Amino acid sequence: MTCSDFLKELTDYLDDSMDAQTRAELEDHLQWCHNCYVVCNTTKMTIEIYRDSHLYELPDDLRTRLRTAIVSKCEGHKKQVGDHREQSGSPTPK
Amino acid sequence: MGTIQPKVEAAGDEITLVHAAKAGDISAFEELVKRYDRNVFRIAQHITQNREDAEDVVQDAFLKAYQNLANFQEQSKFYTWLVRIAVNEALMRLRRRRPERMVSLDENIKTEEDSMPREVADWSPNPEQLYNQGELKEILGKTIQGLPPSFRTVFVLRDVEGLSTEETADALDLSIPAVKSRLLRARLQLRERLNKYLKNRTGGDGK
Repeated sequence: MTCSDFLKELTDYLDDSMDAQTRAELEDHLQWCHNCYVVCNTTKMTIEIYRDSHLYELPDDLRTRLRTAIVSKCEGHKKQVGDHREQSGSPTPK
Repeated sequence: MGTIQPKVEAAGDEITLVHAAKAGDISAFEELVKRYDRNVFRIAQHITQNREDAEDVVQDAFLKAYQNLANFQEQSKFYTWLVRIAVNEALMRLRRRRPERMVSLDENIKTEEDSMPREVADWSPNPEQLYNQGELKEILGKTIQGLPPSFRTVFVLRDVEGLSTEETADALDLSIPAVKSRLLRARLQLRERLNKYLKNRTGGDGK
């Protein structure tokens, strides 16, 4: 297995979505290829850092404001649909 | 070497809430908003890279979901369906801000070389010790901003939000090989860009 072959399989390897034989071949490559070992390890760290970073969290005050706005818009839509049905005389769906 | 395990969301009583919302119960829909507003906001800000746009996307995506609930066939999870709406809204906002650049999930991907590792060095095992939380967030934000939208969208759904490859493909209307290919390149490009900040400063080049 070459380093290029290893890289092609890296995503499946990190996601543990491969058969046992391919996995064993990749792990054999990692035993002796320091560069691939480092790339694999630092790619895994990249994923973990982003997953744990809480980047772009929604602050509580903004969250409440957005939710109030969403509910109000949904109520407006519901009323509009209801009014339209009354005007057109169409029955309310079951 | 260990593998990355995706986050698992509990489905719980979701389908009951969806049925109640379909029948016109706004408080049931509000429960769904509470359940997913943080996720939609994160996805939206990752894609648009703009806080105001992300706020608008949250409102518009939930309103659109409410208006179109009758069309939700329940063949996928409600969340996957909602993500699809949110991603489309976010991409639309991004296109408006950057009309000079075509923004598409199908955009032509450059050659393999753009993702090939160029610099290989061990990283410090605890990045938190190198930077405070604010500094680290700034680095992570700046780094992901440099990725093409099609890459960062796949990365955020798959690796930040923990959707499966199949769910990501479903939400983005991409094939599974396309999701895997973009994910690999996104991961490798982020790794390469983070390298200069996180490489082990005490261990030379790590060899």
